[in-house]
Amino acid sequence: MDAILLQILNGLDKGSAYALIALGLTLIFGTLGVVNFAHGALFMIGAFCVVTLQKILNLSTVAIDPTKVDFLGNPLKVKTPYIVNWFGEAAGSAIINWSVPLAILFAIPIMLLVGYVMERGLIKHFYKRPHADQILVTFGLAIVLQEIIKACYGANPIPTPAPEIFRGSFDFGVWIGMAENAVIYPYWRLVYFAFSALIIGLVFAFLQFTTFGMVVRAGMADRETVGLLGINIDKRFTIMFGIAAAVAGLAGVMYSPINSPNYHMGMDFLVLSFVVVVVGGMGSLPGAVLAGFTLGILESFASMNEVKGFFEAIYLPSIDQIIIYLVAIVILLVRPRGLMGRAGVMEE
Amino acid sequence: MFDKFQNNDRMLMLFFIFLVLAGPILLAPFGAGYPDLLQRFCIFGIFAIGFNILFGLTGYLSFGHAAFLGVGSYSAVWMFKLLTMNVIPALILAVIIAGLFSLLIGFISLRRSGIYFSILTLAFAQMSFSLAYSVLTPITNGETGLQLTLDDPRILDAANTSGSLPSTNFFGLTMNSTAKFEFFGMVFQFNVGFYFCAVMLILAFYLAMRIFRSPFGLMLKAIKTNQNRLNYTGVNTRPYTLAAFVISGMYAGLAGGLMACTDPLAGAERMQWTASGEVVLMTILGGSGTLLGPVLGAGFIKYFENIFSKINENVLHGWFSFLPDGLEDLIVWVLHFFVGKGWHLTLGLLFMMVVIFLPGGLLQGASHIIDWIRGKKQSSSTQISNPNSMPAE
Amino acid sequence: MSILEVQNVNKSFGGLKALQNVNLSVEEGTIHAIIGPNGAGKSTLLNCFIGKLIPDTGTVNFNGQSLLGMKAHEINQTGVSRVFQTPEIFSDLTVYENVMIPCFAKRDGSFCLNALNRVKSEAEIHDKAEHMMEDVNMADKKDMVASSLSRGDKRRLEMAMCLAQDPQLLLLDEPTAGMARADTNNTIDLLAEIQNKRHITMAVIEHDMHVVFSLAQKISVLAQGTVIVEDLPENIKGHPKVQEAYLGGAH
Ligand SMILES: Nc1ncnc2c1ncn2[C@@H]1O[C@H](COP(=O)(O)OP(=O)(O)O)[C@@H](O)[C@H]1O
Ligand SMILES: [Mg+2]
Repeated sequence: MDAILLQILNGLDKGSAYALIALGLTLIFGTLGVVNFAHGALFMIGAFCVVTLQKILNLSTVAIDPTKVDFLGNPLKVKTPYIVNWFGEAAGSAIINWSVPLAILFAIPIMLLVGYVMERGLIKHFYKRPHADQILVTFGLAIVLQEIIKACYGANPIPTPAPEIFRGSFDFGVWIGMAENAVIYPYWRLVYFAFSALIIGLVFAFLQFTTFGMVVRAGMADRETVGLLGINIDKRFTIMFGIAAAVAGLAGVMYSPINSPNYHMGMDFLVLSFVVVVVGGMGSLPGAVLAGFTLGILESFASMNEVKGFFEAIYLPSIDQIIIYLVAIVILLVRPRGLMGRAGVMEE
Repeated sequence: MFDKFQNNDRMLMLFFIFLVLAGPILLAPFGAGYPDLLQRFCIFGIFAIGFNILFGLTGYLSFGHAAFLGVGSYSAVWMFKLLTMNVIPALILAVIIAGLFSLLIGFISLRRSGIYFSILTLAFAQMSFSLAYSVLTPITNGETGLQLTLDDPRILDAANTSGSLPSTNFFGLTMNSTAKFEFFGMVFQFNVGFYFCAVMLILAFYLAMRIFRSPFGLMLKAIKTNQNRLNYTGVNTRPYTLAAFVISGMYAGLAGGLMACTDPLAGAERMQWTASGEVVLMTILGGSGTLLGPVLGAGFIKYFENIFSKINENVLHGWFSFLPDGLEDLIVWVLHFFVGKGWHLTLGLLFMMVVIFLPGGLLQGASHIIDWIRGKKQSSSTQISNPNSMPAE
Repeated sequence: MSILEVQNVNKSFGGLKALQNVNLSVEEGTIHAIIGPNGAGKSTLLNCFIGKLIPDTGTVNFNGQSLLGMKAHEINQTGVSRVFQTPEIFSDLTVYENVMIPCFAKRDGSFCLNALNRVKSEAEIHDKAEHMMEDVNMADKKDMVASSLSRGDKRRLEMAMCLAQDPQLLLLDEPTAGMARADTNNTIDLLAEIQNKRHITMAVIEHDMHVVFSLAQKISVLAQGTVIVEDLPENIKGHPKVQEAYLGGAH
């Protein structure tokens, strides 16, 4: 029982990331009809917003402290971040400590801008082109974005720690009245899950309860009719693209303590997110979320020794490596619309 | 000039054979005349020609073709380990295994079209990649990659007493033997491995040309433009797409086998989806659906990859030293993002440009330029709009 | 003898009953017109014959053989061809290639791995394709890319493609829509000639009454998914139910 609970929890953080990326992909696909292979790159850019903020916060003055020497015997250079100079020791280090959550504020405008530029500058010209062209051009864009990040930040992962109070693990089992040490779970992952749930809730609420959202949903269902009503859909869709970019970016921001940002993380997540989108059903928002969590949890279950052993016994070894793809293949074949997709979407 | 060749397949073929066979001489002045690079031109040329038979003709965009390349490499190396260092059995096995593997994957993936097909192939390729790294380690040797060892059986070969690893050969002709000639200070290298790959490339090109000009090829083109109409015309499209998929998988297997012939080792990274992406880039860049395009695209990418990744800041400073210092530094600073390790950035940008402005690829660009020059020359004659100006074949 | 026998066909899309208990019987060698206001279900009915849609209930028999459950290409291979309401052609290929494809499909069946033959050296196919293009007066446009044709030409091309298959039953969905008067008359002559010379049975959906009454030997009137009248042309003119259907559907 506790083993199962643990696996569900373990699957939640990856599942949240999948769900958030897939949600953005689906928004873009559903509203603009564009298959965006550069969406993983947006996730990556989000994560690098954290790196950038961390670098900015750590900009330091260097003073030589003659009273101390370093291990080579030279006078010790002491670095003091400007932040500390300005706000004092306590507030300054607190800001640095909380750089990941702070990066959310930093990332939102950046991501909206990136999304806006991307849509107006490139994607807009591909609405009428075949899906293959959309895939190709966004694939090219993904390479370009990834290489720019690599040129600016290097090829190695850059650690971006969570705030200190979230760094350890806690005994989740005790919380819910189970035996001690049964289910140990890192704090940050719980934060990540809660954050994702919040974002997903916000997106749905936005689409459900605002006029803007209603128009967008109507547009997703039937673009032409809404266009005929004289509503300027294109403008709203641009904003939608910005929002989708921001969602992917925030997913990246909060994921950075779990997985140190590196330039290829976008591509790594992209492939899986696409699998999530098709499993959920192309164009279905609840489907994307459901499939994201389901696949994340499935992946984590597949890595349990018992499960592995079972599949090895039926000659399907390393099930944990291939489970997602296997599920995707089976779903696409037996239920091509995915879990919750509408008929006929992208069938041509 | 291209139109003329298109209308005249024999000329095109002769032109192609000449270009390929004279490669070591023609490319030496451009710093690309050495065997390793020339071999890669041929191998990736074959890979791209095969990919084009699927994507260029039927429009099915596979993101998993690297898996067949990888399978071809593994099969060939196993043949070198078990049977003989002669390349022929290795290549035969590589093509057969890749063909069977693509039959299996194609059979399943082709039940869907459009993006679903792309994702299915992607999923299969990633699955193969993961498996090659994990469970299949007895066959693939995991992360180390599959290599030759001294105590491999090689049952058909004479016992190896030299104490060093044997090299691949074509009935005794060693693949890595090279004849060098110096001529006016330039070195020309004629390598057995290259000529072997070159012959394979020519055969592959010839076969592709026959397919393009056949009723079968016509049906594949019809699938790309209107699959529904073809169904209502009494044609069962599934076996056609499957045949195209398997043929292109076999081409990929041949390319993978040749990779092993020129350098007998095989690793799983050849199967990763970025490698599949590369062949897509080559085909589109050159011009998908055209005969010469994919080969040109492959050559173009491999050549510039080689040149660009060798350029570093010192070289750049050398080039721009005639400029005032500040300007020189600025230009070098800007450019250094695009060369050396930044080659992929250049490639990505170039690729985007091609997709945006030249959906027909570089070949279309070339024919536009030629048309433009011609149009200028005969500005007096009336300009007739030519619906065939796209290099459709 | 009837070549196509349709009985009690029903088809609904969600709540919309597009076809209700449709019965239709097309006599061999005749031209049978299907008329009716927009949205009456005429195209939907044809879709049920060619495997594009499967009726909810009912039977569709062609030469005594049920077409239900057959794939589109199988139905076509038994001898049913269709010209669509919006032309379905191979728009990236030349007119000539467009016509050659059905010729190949007729000769080689639904699949043939002739990857090493040359299209160029297929003399019989070329003869047939040339012939077909002359029949529809398009020989001068044979090297044009199909997408650059006018709408009327596209439709004639599609007709040539269907005729190239020597079908037993030809289904035409508004073959003269979008054509100029002269072209319409040519089409009437063409269809009449096809019937006389080749004895191909035809089911024609048509709005242009001039075309209908010049060609049809039998007319079915469809309104709101049901056949309200099936009769000879002379009895259809001025039939009260027909007038009601058109007037009722007009506003
Ligand atoms: N694929 C479909 N899905 C839903 N409704 C359809 C579909 N095809 C046709 N219809 C509806 O069925 C009715 C009949 O359409 P159709 O057969 O095209 O009429 P027409 O007689 O003008 O050819 C129309 O109301 C149309 O909206
Ligand atoms: Mg209709």
